[in-house]
Amino acid sequence: MNVFLQSVVNALQWGSFYALIALGYSMVYSVLMLFNFAHGDIFMVGAYVGLFVSTALVGLGASGVLALPNWLILVLTIILAAILTSFVGMLVERVGYRPLRKAPRASAALTGLMIGIILQTGNLALLGARRRSFPTLIETTTFEFAGVTVTNTKIVIVLVSILLMIALHQFVRRTKWGMAMRAMAYDFVVVPLMGVPINTIAALTFGLGSALAAVAGILFGLAYPVLEPYMGILVGWKAFVAAILGGRGSVLGAGLAGFLLGFIEIFVALLFPSTFRDLIAFSIVIVILTFRPHGFFGEAYSARLRL
Amino acid sequence: MAENQAQRLLAGLRSALAEVPLLGWLLGMVAAVIVEYLVGAPLARALGLGRVPLLFGVDLLFKSPLLVPSALAYMVLVYALPVGSVALVTRPLANRAAEKLMVLSPVVSVVVHVAVFYVGLHSWALLNDYRVLVVKLTLLAVMLTLSLNLVNGYMGEFSCSHPGFMALGAYTSSVLTVVAFVGSERFGPPLLPSALGPFLFPLALIAGGLVASLGALTVAIPSFRTRGDYLAIISLAFMLVVKSLIENLEVVGGARGFMGQPDWAGLTTVFVWAVACVAMINSFVRSTMGKALNAVRDGEGAAEAMTVDTRRTKMVTFLFAAFWAGVAGGLYAHVMRYVNPGGFGLQKLAELLAMVYLGGLNSVVGSAAGGVGFMLFSEALRPLEIYKWIIIPVLLILVMIFRPTGLIAFREFDMVSLVRPKGAPTRRRGVPHVAAQD
Repeated sequence: MNVFLQSVVNALQWGSFYALIALGYSMVYSVLMLFNFAHGDIFMVGAYVGLFVSTALVGLGASGVLALPNWLILVLTIILAAILTSFVGMLVERVGYRPLRKAPRASAALTGLMIGIILQTGNLALLGARRRSFPTLIETTTFEFAGVTVTNTKIVIVLVSILLMIALHQFVRRTKWGMAMRAMAYDFVVVPLMGVPINTIAALTFGLGSALAAVAGILFGLAYPVLEPYMGILVGWKAFVAAILGGRGSVLGAGLAGFLLGFIEIFVALLFPSTFRDLIAFSIVIVILTFRPHGFFGEAYSARLRL
Repeated sequence: MAENQAQRLLAGLRSALAEVPLLGWLLGMVAAVIVEYLVGAPLARALGLGRVPLLFGVDLLFKSPLLVPSALAYMVLVYALPVGSVALVTRPLANRAAEKLMVLSPVVSVVVHVAVFYVGLHSWALLNDYRVLVVKLTLLAVMLTLSLNLVNGYMGEFSCSHPGFMALGAYTSSVLTVVAFVGSERFGPPLLPSALGPFLFPLALIAGGLVASLGALTVAIPSFRTRGDYLAIISLAFMLVVKSLIENLEVVGGARGFMGQPDWAGLTTVFVWAVACVAMINSFVRSTMGKALNAVRDGEGAAEAMTVDTRRTKMVTFLFAAFWAGVAGGLYAHVMRYVNPGGFGLQKLAELLAMVYLGGLNSVVGSAAGGVGFMLFSEALRPLEIYKWIIIPVLLILVMIFRPTGLIAFREFDMVSLVRPKGAPTRRRGVPHVAAQD
């Protein structure tokens, strides 16, 4: 029982990363009908930006210029890194996707893949192969509930990601911008004629998704404080699968599927040798998609394949 | 006056070159290889190159840029001049030969052309082991690119599972050849005399292809139930499943990889398989089903209304593509004589997609160009180490922006019209007329 509860806690933490990244995939996929294969690497960029911002803030404190409490540094890091990374995301959209909006969708998917490779290799070339460690911003405190160990880091991670998910859901449902995004997901041809600025919405979608990925990166850095340029690849592809499992155009679906993937992975590792994790997790994904091809919350739709 | 003369000379040369049939160019290629054998090494030394430039000088492009002018001079003297002059001189002869062959049978003509090409390629490669390896890998790259193009170009879906199919083919055929003919500590002594090996090797490759097709079936059944992007996701999941499965199979070495494959994938074997692959895929895409496939891509509903069985068409194409990916994987395993699951991951996928989209969708010539171009380019950029993986993606993005379907896209490839004799049309009487299909 304790093992079970402990795994639930761990799964919630892993699921948070997947869910936050999956949201970005899901938004881009539903609004622009694009696979943004660079998203996993934007998560990596976000983690590195967070690393630099927090190191700079900690450095300011150490040199006596501006001593801030650690929680404030964390909040500032999250906000600043989210803003900076959202610019990276918008840049990716401007350079890699906007020129290809009329092109076959697969070509755009390929540019995304290539931008991802550029981000990885660029990081490797600029910063070297040395792994970098994230500064400790939260002094780890361990709580015990009925034999289950919960660290405050885990609580922060899960809370922040759930809060962000709810905030995004409200943004998409309640605001005018969110309405424009949903409209574009519904129809790509008529909606621009209704005065919706298509380029602005596309940039906003990428910016929001990248900001969430940056937050995921920082939270990842808090939990596993070793960063390397290829950290985004596998996590990113898994989050992509989660986004599809959730269903096209469903923010809640993508979030829940992210958590589901976290649960599947942790529990597979619990029951089988841990090397079976990917094997079984992805087999389950194939089975789920066989029986629910539109994901959990997606509506049946006919894709307008432009090629 | 002199300028006029030069112009006339140039025009004459151009019209003469236009009359050179493919056979003439191939003879020129063979001649160039002979010239390289005779004078290559001394000429390279005289030009200050030290040794013969291995890959048309592209391998020197970034390693020692100062040698590039000498390499260019070498290219002109050893390749361009012999090819051009022999093609020009043998023009009447080659045309007459091509005509005779065509009268005999277009198929024979194509076979003879391929054979002459092979003689040139093989003797060019034999100069050096590195060349042999690069030629083999390039032929495999062309096979893989073409089979992926079948799905991503001709069918218009986005498949990510090709590395998985390759892995299935590679491991199946490796296990078969090792168990049957080599033996190992784990599998015990060989079951069959190894003298039979080279004859049964094709069967092992075909078995690898069939297993890959079987894997494709598990992707195809769930993905083609509905229209949409499911193939992209399910094929991605499939690729990761295959990789993870092999990593967990201790029998074949797990993540450490599997080695000990016999050395049967010589240049001839790889070339024959590559030609078979190109020929079969080319005739597939020009068949009724190939045309139906394009119809499915351009409008599934409309194709269905025109009595195309869309589901069957997509299934057959996908399994066919997977078969060739499996065969290419099996050959790859026997060329490298070592495979490990890490080699069939996302990196491989990125390379394959790059080759397909660089060369051009829906085009056999494009796939060949993409495979060859990518391999040459990647060899040229090798000295730049990690910067290679910045330059290649940037170039691909530029290609995608300016030519979103690739460099040579939507081109039909007709070998028979390529091998026709050229020149005055009166000479071509009696040649069976094969309608050019556009």
